[in-house]
Amino acid sequence: MSIIEILFWFLTALALFGALMVVFSKNPVHSVLWLISVFFSISGHYILMNAQFLAIVNMIVYAGAIMVLFLFVIMLMNMNTESEPQKSKWLRIAASLSGGSLMLVLVAALKDTNGKVTGVFKVEGNIGLIKNLGQVLFTDYVLPFEISSVLFLSAMVGAVLLGKKETNSIIS
Amino acid sequence: MPINYYILLSVALFSIGIVGVLTRRNAIIIFMCIEIMLNAVNLLLVAFSKMHHLRALVADRATTVGTDAQLFVFFIMVVAAAEVTVGLAIIVMLYRNIHSVDINFLNRLKH
Repeated sequence: MSIIEILFWFLTALALFGALMVVFSKNPVHSVLWLISVFFSISGHYILMNAQFLAIVNMIVYAGAIMVLFLFVIMLMNMNTESEPQKSKWLRIAASLSGGSLMLVLVAALKDTNGKVTGVFKVEGNIGLIKNLGQVLFTDYVLPFEISSVLFLSAMVGAVLLGKKETNSIIS
Repeated sequence: MPINYYILLSVALFSIGIVGVLTRRNAIIIFMCIEIMLNAVNLLLVAFSKMHHLRALVADRATTVGTDAQLFVFFIMVVAAAEVTVGLAIIVMLYRNIHSVDINFLNRLKH
């Protein structure tokens, strides 16, 4: 078992355990912290696949910005109590069963995939480096890139509009 | 390491996300489970990109096949960041109006 395989299994176990803890922990702050560990392990997977740009972006955007936003909102709402509402037992069992059967169907459909075609772990191939990605991003994908800036602008305006304290509320 | 393992890992993460969406009542936790599902899809996309690239690399040493998938992942992250901003703003607004983020109180559209 090489060091890379050990890393792969460690990151996989961390991602799955973290995702389970996000779902099953009672305290929302703990859920956020476990979600950060999930994102870091997924970044580790990206590094193993030599997609270094995506690994860094995943760490900065997800584990950095988005998770701080989640944590900030949770602390703003003062939800660090353990007294949060639970669904009824039967509903939870039914939900777990349906999720499990979805997983069963997907695994059964995909288990015969030809696994011999790839060595995902080979370090060769430099498409994931920022030189190549930037070149393609600013030539072939320059229009979607610019449009995404418009998307960000509209998201910013929408967030400010929604978060603003209204004097005469539209909702109620 | 075969691609099967990445497929199984992504399927497992996606299913955990779905179970979380179905079992929890806290709107923020549901939102976080949606993020897990997005990340599972991203991981699978990167794995397939790497697989595709390594197969093309045998024929041509200077190929850049597989770059598109990684850029798609980049754009998915961009859209996810915008989505999280607006979604959390909506959740804050709901909290201000009904003083809870329990989705069982959010069934006014039903009546």
